[in-house]
Amino acid sequence: MTPARPSPWPRRLLILLAVVLLILFLLLPLLTVFASAFAHGVAAYGAALADPDALSAIGLTLTVAALVLPFNLLFGLAAAWAVAKFDFPGKSLVITLIDLPFSVSPVISGLIFLLLFGLQGWLGPWLAARDLRVMFALPGMVLVTLFVTLPFVARELIPLMEEQGTEEEEAALMLGASGWRIFWRITLPNVRWGLLAGVLLSNARAMGEFGAVSMVSGHILGLTMTLPQQVERFYNDYNTVGAFSLASLLALLGLLTLVAKSLLEKRTPTSGA
Amino acid sequence: MARSTVLPGFPLSLGLSLAFLALVVLLPLAGLFLHAAGLGWAGFFRVAFAPRALAAYGLSFGGALLAALLNAGAGLLVAWVLVRTSFPGRRLLDALVDLPFALPTAVAGIALATLYGPHGLLGAPLLRLGLAVAYTRLGVVAAMTFIGLPFVVRTVQPVLQDLGSEPEEAAASLGAGRLQVAVRVVLPLILPALFTGATLAFARALGEYGAVVFIAGNVPGVSEIAPLLIATRVEQFDIAGATAIATVMLTGAFLLLLAVNMAQLWQRRRREGV
Repeated sequence: MTPARPSPWPRRLLILLAVVLLILFLLLPLLTVFASAFAHGVAAYGAALADPDALSAIGLTLTVAALVLPFNLLFGLAAAWAVAKFDFPGKSLVITLIDLPFSVSPVISGLIFLLLFGLQGWLGPWLAARDLRVMFALPGMVLVTLFVTLPFVARELIPLMEEQGTEEEEAALMLGASGWRIFWRITLPNVRWGLLAGVLLSNARAMGEFGAVSMVSGHILGLTMTLPQQVERFYNDYNTVGAFSLASLLALLGLLTLVAKSLLEKRTPTSGA
Repeated sequence: MARSTVLPGFPLSLGLSLAFLALVVLLPLAGLFLHAAGLGWAGFFRVAFAPRALAAYGLSFGGALLAALLNAGAGLLVAWVLVRTSFPGRRLLDALVDLPFALPTAVAGIALATLYGPHGLLGAPLLRLGLAVAYTRLGVVAAMTFIGLPFVVRTVQPVLQDLGSEPEEAAASLGAGRLQVAVRVVLPLILPALFTGATLAFARALGEYGAVVFIAGNVPGVSEIAPLLIATRVEQFDIAGATAIATVMLTGAFLLLLAVNMAQLWQRRRREGV
């Protein structure tokens, strides 16, 4: 009844099925991006990227990402230090709160800031009276981007710091090192690769965020259009090469981030998914 | 026991974290619920459960459920092949799984709309078979499945790895057939992980916007997902409508989060029991 060596064919069939599935379903969309970007040749691709609207979108995307990054670093390091190095009541609640933005739809992430700062929002009239623009301007876009990227650094650091424990830090403390010195000389070097992974992931999300930003950007051409918004604009205007040329930049960013993350995970095998 | 009580910086780091969470996450989210409460019960129900909104929930929840089920099957197959077999190119295939995580949603959206479009590489042959994918509900499900697949694979994969092939071999040596081993031995052991992964995929598909809107067709009442309806309401300056629909969707998302946490507890208990 039990064959000692079962036939390899069912196994081969399953492998083939998985390979075909992943190629058709996951690889083809990626190839579509590059094939469509270069559909009219390299010159058209270059011209699409040199379009003034495209260039201003690239500039704005870099600006937003650069402005969000320091906040993400500060929060990620502080949250990981508090959660991983200490025990306190309500800790699991804090961890849940850190993860919360991941379970909010991008559109709702944008909406909640519109409700706070928009003209019909609570702070809107107060801001308008002082001629301060938050919505449909850079501050609002930075805020929603911060909301959607907030968990990344902390999520990479917490499992790493928990794994490393507190012994090294406590030894340094007994030898008379100050808190900041311990942080700069011991903790930070110990988690540097995990920190880099977190920064890369949050950066990729910051540059690629579409739904949340599109709720608060106002789509002002040449002013509040980030790369993903401009991709949508070109696509809806039937400028396929323009849309996919910009999309290819974002796809490349995503691919590089993926490669970097898997390289970093080899350095720090404990870092979480 | 490894947690420290002597290290400095606890009040500062916790204070800073809580300040960030309160200002960036909690306050804005609470604002949504307060806005919704301001509509009053009657006002809330009228806009939150209008026919067009109901159709959007139906498509969002139904599409996400179908996508999660498809992903549970496909994800289980891919995870099993990646863990239990070896063949040239397996590592490359493993890396391929993360593609939906890596592609920004708008990029995935226009790529899927083109690929499954009437002139697309997959869309054209499917159309000849009488299956229109782009600009239909089927397109919505296809996009939701695309973004959800990595969640199932990446949740099931480590559990299958930890399990080793011993339970399967033990059952086989006791005379169990191949199908019997899969259904009676392996499946129960990885069920919690499979459930967690499928729920994560469901939650992601439910809120997804960028990857879905380009391929969806967006016909009100037919192929309009709930996140798009929220965005449309805002564009029409109907803040009350957007708020009410967002409140329903967010409540659904939080209930799912709760379900995932319970499933992970189940998974941990099951693992400790083994």
